[in-house]
Amino acid sequence: MAKVTQINVSGSPHSTAEEGRNPGTKFDLGPVKDVRVNRSAVERRAGTMSTRRTVKKEHQAAWLIHAVKTIDLTTLSGDDTVGTVKRLCAKARQPIRNELLHDVGYPDKLATGAVCVYHHFVATAVEALRGSGIPVAAVSTGFPAGLNPFPQKIAEIEASVKDGAAEIDIVISREHVLNGDWRALYDEVKAFREACGPAHMKAIIATGELGTLKNIMRASIVCMQAGSDFIKTSTGKEPTNATIAGSLVMVRAVRQYHEQTGVKVGFKPAGGIRSAKQALDWLILMKEELGAEWMQPHLFRLGASALVNDIERQLEHFAYGRYASMQYQPIG
Amino acid sequence: MPRESECHAGREVGRRINGRFQKSCRLESLRYGLRGNDEIFRKHQTMKVAELTKSLAYGPAPEAAKPALDWIAEHNAKFQLFINNEWKNPSGKEWFDSTNPATGKKLASVAQATVADVNSAVKAARKAFPSWSATPGHIRARYLYAIARQIQKHSRLFAVLETMDNGKPIRETRDIDIPLVARHFYYHAGWAQLMDKELPDHQAVGVVGQIIPWNFPLLMLSWKIAPAIAMGNTVVLKPAEFTSLTALLFAEICASVGLPPGVVNIVTGDGRTGSAMVDHPDVDKIAFTGSTDVGRIIRIATAGTHKKLSLELGGKSPFMVFDDADLDSAVEGVVDAIWFNQGQVCCAGSRLLVHEGVADKMIKKLRARMEKLRVGDPLDKAVDIGAIVAPVQLKQIQALVKQGADEGATMWQPSWAADCSKGEGCFYPPTLFTNVAPASTIAQVEIFGPVLATMTFRTPEEAVKLANNTRYGLAASIWSEDINLALDLATQVKAGTVWINSTNQFDAASGFGGYRESGFGREGGREGLFEYVKRKPAKIVKIPAVVRSAGKKSSASRANAGVSPSLIPPIDRTAKMFIGGKQARPDGGLSINIYAPGKNLIGEVGAGNRKDIRNAVEAARAAAGGWAKATAHSRAQVIYYLAENLAARTDEFARRISQQTGASPSAAHVEVEAAIEQLFTAAAWADKYDGRIHGVPQRNVTLAIPEPMGVLAILMPDDHPLLALVALAAPALAMGNALVIVPSPIHPLSATDLYQVLDTSDVPHGTINIVTGNRDELGKTLSEHDDVDAIWYAGPEAGQSAVQKASAANMKRTFMMGAVGALPNIDDVLREATQVKNIWVPYGA
Repeated sequence: MAKVTQINVSGSPHSTAEEGRNPGTKFDLGPVKDVRVNRSAVERRAGTMSTRRTVKKEHQAAWLIHAVKTIDLTTLSGDDTVGTVKRLCAKARQPIRNELLHDVGYPDKLATGAVCVYHHFVATAVEALRGSGIPVAAVSTGFPAGLNPFPQKIAEIEASVKDGAAEIDIVISREHVLNGDWRALYDEVKAFREACGPAHMKAIIATGELGTLKNIMRASIVCMQAGSDFIKTSTGKEPTNATIAGSLVMVRAVRQYHEQTGVKVGFKPAGGIRSAKQALDWLILMKEELGAEWMQPHLFRLGASALVNDIERQLEHFAYGRYASMQYQPIG
Repeated sequence: MPRESECHAGREVGRRINGRFQKSCRLESLRYGLRGNDEIFRKHQTMKVAELTKSLAYGPAPEAAKPALDWIAEHNAKFQLFINNEWKNPSGKEWFDSTNPATGKKLASVAQATVADVNSAVKAARKAFPSWSATPGHIRARYLYAIARQIQKHSRLFAVLETMDNGKPIRETRDIDIPLVARHFYYHAGWAQLMDKELPDHQAVGVVGQIIPWNFPLLMLSWKIAPAIAMGNTVVLKPAEFTSLTALLFAEICASVGLPPGVVNIVTGDGRTGSAMVDHPDVDKIAFTGSTDVGRIIRIATAGTHKKLSLELGGKSPFMVFDDADLDSAVEGVVDAIWFNQGQVCCAGSRLLVHEGVADKMIKKLRARMEKLRVGDPLDKAVDIGAIVAPVQLKQIQALVKQGADEGATMWQPSWAADCSKGEGCFYPPTLFTNVAPASTIAQVEIFGPVLATMTFRTPEEAVKLANNTRYGLAASIWSEDINLALDLATQVKAGTVWINSTNQFDAASGFGGYRESGFGREGGREGLFEYVKRKPAKIVKIPAVVRSAGKKSSASRANAGVSPSLIPPIDRTAKMFIGGKQARPDGGLSINIYAPGKNLIGEVGAGNRKDIRNAVEAARAAAGGWAKATAHSRAQVIYYLAENLAARTDEFARRISQQTGASPSAAHVEVEAAIEQLFTAAAWADKYDGRIHGVPQRNVTLAIPEPMGVLAILMPDDHPLLALVALAAPALAMGNALVIVPSPIHPLSATDLYQVLDTSDVPHGTINIVTGNRDELGKTLSEHDDVDAIWYAGPEAGQSAVQKASAANMKRTFMMGAVGALPNIDDVLREATQVKNIWVPYGA
């Protein structure tokens, strides 16, 4: 797993190391055309994913602490300010209060995987996180709808990278997927990837707006061919957020891409992930479908804003055997 | 380290001031039964959470055994027989152990019911029957509803107890078995409510003996008891001796909801108890789920006893994967097919048939998936495969796997497979065989374990051929994204249940049961109700009683009117066999004289023998596929045409009836008219005997389609030689069966006269074959014939018994009538002429 740049601990988020990244492939319609997804069967598997597996007690505590490491702690609200972004960054540095961490039995330092903001706050976040090793991710390319003029999208990526964003969460043009214009999708994402330069690119395919699981799979494949380092489910602004069924299809696409190219692409569910139980469900999905390495932050991120607090509550219950109140937990 | 001490202090305070803390820890330790109180507290000092964040292993997640252990302890780990709502000691004072297969430890002693105990259970059921069957449907519905509620209320106890007794993972008992049990009682509460309206001509059968297997102990109990008591029967049920405990907990629930004494009786025991039930003269029906071998014994034991019988037996179900399937999902399907309940599932998809072009890919994916399966403590909530039910079963699996490898197939198990045999308990790893030939043992024999045999095919046609290349016919699973392909195959596979892009889906609303040696009868759905009802006594087919005129001369031929018959020698008529659309001389070259009631010789028919039957069945088999595939409209047209051509010869056929039976000319005419009407009725039904769409809870269309039995043999009764033949053969024909008919041995000429009618009515060759001769002799050959799918026999008791006994060989369905007496109701004839296939078609864009 060391093969991939450890972006969460790297002192230099602007690492130019391409090793371990997804170089992409030529546009290949074959795998797109070959897509077979049976919705009922996928939903059955998704529905039993978390009834077949569970983690309890100290294992659960360990998984939840690990989940924190994979969180892209996110704020993407119209009313974000420099103040709220700084507050969020402070939470990213210290997601769980130390005394609780100690009582749980985790004496090491803990931080989230990244902080995710609009371009406007990239510089603020970079400053607030200086020295922490926590990368800043910027949503980009006309997030969330992705309907800005193309040159502006490119410019937005470049501006965020310039401001210090180590990760760029781009949104695709859903139109290309819905119209089956895979070449256009490939070209678009490929251009985004080039604009990202050293920054790692997460492609948000907006599963809730693609209509079918087949389209989710096809879009995932094309985004990986175009060089996405991560594929990501949702902006959090679609009517339907990340689902296990949609995620299952995406991670199967990741597995297929790995089988075909040997390249490991990461996966990021986002949108509506608020509970510790959900975090465990997605970790189980990764472990079951892709294996332990894909549970690590270089290949797995949870996009979430409020999740940390619920994890904290569960850890409290583990440590003290009684149910927690939110008032004991510092907000982000 | 102030922080350290602060924390300790904090915990100390927590412990001191918050009693709930201590209490909750204690509860935890009790629940998990893993570690004592002290350890719970010590855990906080010797934390390994940091270490665990590195491995991210699952760790143990045990469900609490305590509720089940408490329940067993409440009964002092000793369980009596439940007879007449009372707990009784076994009269033989014999007890046997019920063991947890995951630990090898004894759970409880269970009573061994003797013949005397079975007698008293049957007696109690018999005593309860009149009032229970007369209880209004609504009241019975209330009882079933209450049972369903109680099962839900105690679902966790049932689930844990089932897992401990059987060894299957708690996930399955919790999420599948027990919810389906409740669903079964809810569903049949509805049928109790609706019985008067929906089945007005039917009534309960009586006392029902039910014998169930160990693989789904409580679920199989519910499949048996719910429809039985819903329809007003009373029940004596024997659980499998490996797994009696949930049935006994169920008995408590029956008592607690106030079910009248004797309606449900539970007698525990081994095969001796089962035999006593099967042999009991006062049991009206036996329902059995289990191995084909035992089913065969029961078939033979009940032959000729008039006991109604339903058998749900073994399987070797195909799991077909086409190159246009969602392979990742198909892999999960395989997990649900053969690694569900340790593969101890009668309908397990145990033969993986893969399109050759994607076989390597599929196997690679499958192996990767198998590595992820978790075998272990069935009470662990994160375990996929639990314990094999008993050491004897484990040994059988091991032996068959060894044989498979010895015969040259390639065996593969996950890297961790060896761990399964470490420690106590009966565990076996998931096992995959490739390079399996249809000829190898593991491709044919039901292993009843987590063992999959893989074969490949090139075309859909070959897939069907491989799928149907089995003695069984319980279920099939078809994976393809092409609905044309999937539905085409679904209609061609010989199986009672076909799952498209899914597997092992169950619901009370869908019928379940087998073709071929997987048994007969259906459980669940409307079709399942008929296993637990019989027609109220009433003669439906009414024609005037035949005027028997023994001693009178047979009526003269009108053609020769005015001329003395003695002066003109009649042209010798030679009635041969009718096989494959041609008249064929009897193989034996012998004829039988046929006499009128007055002992006048009126003709001769061929004396059919084994070889004539062989030829007739061959012809029928060759015709069966095409006739079944012909549209219902076409079949109806042929039958209408038969009616038309028969009507043109009314006088001739009437004379023949009179000649053979001595019926008055008017009575004979009435019989011919009735036969013509029956042909119309059968033709009318051909395109109206629709299937149903079952309302299962899944997002799914479940098509219940009546399919023809295939090759159907009918040994005709003696009364009304023409009408009986038409009343039985025409509906069978209308439903798409190819027939081998043995006419009444004493009145066969109406049948042989039909040859010309058949010849002129566009009846496809081989669809109807007629062999004259000795009914019981030919009946023996037919009932022994493995390529005859069902046999109807009208004749004496001894003959009925012989036919039913011999039919056990290939488990053909039988339908028995007397040689004389009322003909069966057309509804019953149509039902006997068909078997219901349930095709599950999930959908979703």
